[in-house]
Amino acid sequence: MIRILGLVVLVAAALAAPYFFYPIFLMKALCFALFACAFNLLLGYVGLLSFGHAAFLGTAAYITGHSMKVLGLPPELGILAGTAAAALVGLVFGWLAIRRQGIYFAMITLALSQMIFFYALQAPFTGGEDGIQAIPRGHLLGFIDLTSEIALYHFVLAIFVFGWLVIYRTIHSPFGQVLKAIRENEPRAISLGYRTDHYKLMAFVLSAALSGMAGSTKTLVFQLASLTDVHWHMSGEVVLMTLLGGMGTVFGPVVGAFLVVSIQNYLAQMGSWVTIIQGGIFVVCVLLFRRGIVGEVLALIRKLRERQARTG
Amino acid sequence: MASGEFVLETDDLSKEFKGFFAVRGVNLRVRKGDVHALIGPNGAGKTTVFNLLTKFLTPTSGRILYKGEDITRTSPADIARKGMVRSFQISAVFPHLSLLENVRIALQRELGTSFHFWKSDASLAALNDRAEALLEAVGLTEFRSHMAGDLPYGRKRALEIATTLALDPEMLLLDEPTAGMTHEDIVRITDLIGKVAQNRTVLMVEHNLSVVSNLSNVITVLQRGEILAEGSYDEVSKMPEVISAYLGTGNG
Repeated sequence: MIRILGLVVLVAAALAAPYFFYPIFLMKALCFALFACAFNLLLGYVGLLSFGHAAFLGTAAYITGHSMKVLGLPPELGILAGTAAAALVGLVFGWLAIRRQGIYFAMITLALSQMIFFYALQAPFTGGEDGIQAIPRGHLLGFIDLTSEIALYHFVLAIFVFGWLVIYRTIHSPFGQVLKAIRENEPRAISLGYRTDHYKLMAFVLSAALSGMAGSTKTLVFQLASLTDVHWHMSGEVVLMTLLGGMGTVFGPVVGAFLVVSIQNYLAQMGSWVTIIQGGIFVVCVLLFRRGIVGEVLALIRKLRERQARTG
Repeated sequence: MASGEFVLETDDLSKEFKGFFAVRGVNLRVRKGDVHALIGPNGAGKTTVFNLLTKFLTPTSGRILYKGEDITRTSPADIARKGMVRSFQISAVFPHLSLLENVRIALQRELGTSFHFWKSDASLAALNDRAEALLEAVGLTEFRSHMAGDLPYGRKRALEIATTLALDPEMLLLDEPTAGMTHEDIVRITDLIGKVAQNRTVLMVEHNLSVVSNLSNVITVLQRGEILAEGSYDEVSKMPEVISAYLGTGNG
């Protein structure tokens, strides 16, 4: 009952939000929330720390930007193209990186994403330092004008909810069950006959595709695809969002993303201090609440329940 | 050599670590239906042989045959699919999953939906009856919804055996099944292995000689990576070289 009530409140809040907050800010936060959720699928549920997720966000951003501005695709196809491109890059990256673990996995993903960065810097279609600018938002399905920020907001919200549901279902599926087994004890999963590399690769491609979907959507919102999207700072930021909110929880990355985007937006006038503040928050997070915000709250609830069960 | 009689054979198996031979020229024959124990003093290469057999290590030279088929280059996951399943020295459970889920992980592969990320995990409930039957067989029914990580050590081992049995393996490889257990747990696990071994072939590495003498009908003694002796417990325990190498040190 409480759960259904909570869901109703959440949906109502999400639908009403653009009338109270700046819609572009909300859309940005939603894009990053999806990005962080996709990243969390890999870190929180397979135990793989990728340090190259910007490559998927950025690749999708460029492909969507190019296909909408130059090829004139409608927004829905532009987003699909970007997502597919990110999935493809994810397949190649995953195939190369999945055999390594821990720091080596992180390093390989970083190296590969740097290759994408330098490609984006040099390739003619990406616009180099300028990026792809003034990308038309177009008409969704031919009749919904996305230049209206309210219409665009609801489209972005729908994409976010879709992506989040895909991740939620993946975690709570037979496949997700195997992923958790691999995270908990990979040698044991192997000894039970699971070819764990295949499962990890599948999770990697899913994560890349959804990160790409976030990147494509972000391009649509800002009408811009730039080097920021493929820069390694972006790969680091998504780690921060996920850890801050709580890795391995379904809502944690969402909270983390909203928090980080808020900090960036409201403290923007402080210039480069923002980075230092972010770094400080990260240090505090690692030192004081390692499970992240949502993770700590869940742990607290569990503890209270246990105490209640013991006394009651 | 008649391959039909032996389930698992090794052919001049060696493993070298940077000039040091952990295992050298081992010819092991495990007969169908036997409970075969691998013993030897610390550092004799038991665990290395074990890891070679389960493919967690790659041999430097030599061959491994399972039911007459060369499996020297087969991946560990595929070995399990062929019906040869291992246990681990340190209890191998999935700590943050419930006992029921632990056993179900082993069962769910055969459903063929293990890659279906779009399907609800409620579809796995079809396996609950079998998972519960397996938990009951090892006396863990009352803990079914506990997290595996919260169990005491002996029960974790019991859970691991239930999970292994879920695959209905033809051949079990047990790595020190009673290591670190209390006396009470040892009795329980020994009974369990005895029961399980009735229609299976078992190869185990084991330190506890009373467990070995109770369970196994063939014993291979390893020393410095080579086979020192082989035979029944009574035969082996009377050999002077075995007594000096193993029984005479620390167990006599």
